[in-house]
Amino acid sequence: MSFNETTIKNIAKLARLHFPADQEEKFTKDINSILNWVEELKEVNVDNVEPLISVSMQEPGLRTDEVTTGELQNELMANAPESAHGFYVVPKMVE
Amino acid sequence: MTYTIKGKTNDWELVIGLEVHCQIISNSKVFSGASATFGAEQNTHVSFVDAAFPGMLPVVNEKCIEQCVKTGLGLNAVINKYSRFDRKNYFYADLPQGYQISQLYHPIVGEGYIEVTTTEGTRKIGVERLHLEQDAGKSIHDMSPSKSFIDLNRAGVGLMEIVSKPDMHSPEEAGEYLRQLRAIVRALGTCDGNMDEGSMRCDVNISVRPVGSTELRQRVEVKNVNSVRFVMQAIEIEANRQIELYEAGQTFTQETRLFDSVNLETRPMRSKENANDYRYFPDPDLLPVILTDEYIDNIRKNLPELPAAKKKRYIEDLGLTPYDAGILIADKETALYFETASQNQDPKKVANWIMGDLFGYLNKSNKSITESPVSAQNLGALVGLINDGTISGKIAKEVFEIMIETGKEPSIIVEEKGLKQVSDTGAIETMIADILAANPDKVAEIKAGKDKLKGWFVGQIMKASQGRVNPALANQLLDKKLAE
Repeated sequence: MSFNETTIKNIAKLARLHFPADQEEKFTKDINSILNWVEELKEVNVDNVEPLISVSMQEPGLRTDEVTTGELQNELMANAPESAHGFYVVPKMVE
Repeated sequence: MTYTIKGKTNDWELVIGLEVHCQIISNSKVFSGASATFGAEQNTHVSFVDAAFPGMLPVVNEKCIEQCVKTGLGLNAVINKYSRFDRKNYFYADLPQGYQISQLYHPIVGEGYIEVTTTEGTRKIGVERLHLEQDAGKSIHDMSPSKSFIDLNRAGVGLMEIVSKPDMHSPEEAGEYLRQLRAIVRALGTCDGNMDEGSMRCDVNISVRPVGSTELRQRVEVKNVNSVRFVMQAIEIEANRQIELYEAGQTFTQETRLFDSVNLETRPMRSKENANDYRYFPDPDLLPVILTDEYIDNIRKNLPELPAAKKKRYIEDLGLTPYDAGILIADKETALYFETASQNQDPKKVANWIMGDLFGYLNKSNKSITESPVSAQNLGALVGLINDGTISGKIAKEVFEIMIETGKEPSIIVEEKGLKQVSDTGAIETMIADILAANPDKVAEIKAGKDKLKGWFVGQIMKASQGRVNPALANQLLDKKLAE
């Protein structure tokens, strides 16, 4: 498997990653070398093996339906780049 | 299937599917211990999990699982004993994680159906799946010209997304499907079904095709159509738009549109590039949900009576019309009110009082049935007083008005105001004798054959008794007196 520059640019866009135009070639090369490395795993025969979703096979811990937290407005806002009246404030998302 | 739209060159039929998001009724959110209740101050029902702080891990709320299974059983659906969570990746300011936890590959509930009755008969509309996912936060765009404000109280509230098969063929059918679905989740107590407040939200998929064809043409998704009436309107408007395009020889792409209920049109949503590239993958933070037969059977055993069964019982056992039964079962509270009121009373008469006078008052004063000043017991008692002849139907209306104002029992009101129907024939006879004596000319006219005047005399009797005499009895005694 290998990705061309168009695919790499699309993935970067979806992930909101920006890199300078002069680095596109380098990133494409780097990602492809990672992909090629992982590709080696395909040599292992996994017929009849269930996909492993999590390394922990313990019983899923379910939570009882209780309110245990939530009054954290100050703490949340302390970490917000911008806030007002207890709201997060972000650049306008609609025209 | 008889619903078609006549175009210029063709008759067209509709293919409709609905995706309905139902907010799960639970105390806390689906993956965190923050409150799931609506209407709190901004960002006060938010845990570090909901705000996606680094290293915070989701843990599934067992109640949300139970609510999904319950709803699945209510939809006559397969419950999947193995289900799993996936990440749906996209960026938006009200989605702090950068992905929504959902169930793409292994939903908790599989295929089922809802029985829907329209003017064209009863049909089973297929349900494709129900999956569990988390809601996003809310963005407010009108507080500043250059900024959006984000409230995460809703972020992480449990949602059931219920996807129908493209099985519906008329606006009426889609509207009825939605009404039935709402009645089911309300009866089960899994979602309050409140479309105004957004706890139930509907997206509509619509395509059209020439009558007789079985092809599936390009479909358009109309988002956020948030009342039954709007769903029906949006379908009609969007179908007509598509037909016009086809007949003008044009094509269109699969797109997402918004319904504008003011201008009655659908509009394309701002096209987001790559909007549908969600790069789903299994969420490594969450283990699969494994259910046992015992667990599912236990929920099944404790299911309340479902709307369809209730409706059938109201029609077959209580003799209500399908229309009346449909209204009374629409929500749990109304059905409970009706059942309490009609204990030992004539169900049809109780139904008439609920749908006539009571609903009239509640609508006018913008109250729900749980806020009714007239309790179900008291309404039943009022019907009882009419049936046993204590008061007339006319006086009952008067008593009902006082019940609304005071909340008192009808028998006490009747007692206090002296509204009891006069059934003492002696007293009525005296009254009649007085009236006849005061109007000898009219008596003579009746005796000369002018029968119509009898009505006038009955009116006088009612007036003299302030409506408290049973009209049938008054007529009977009047005849007797005139024949003397």
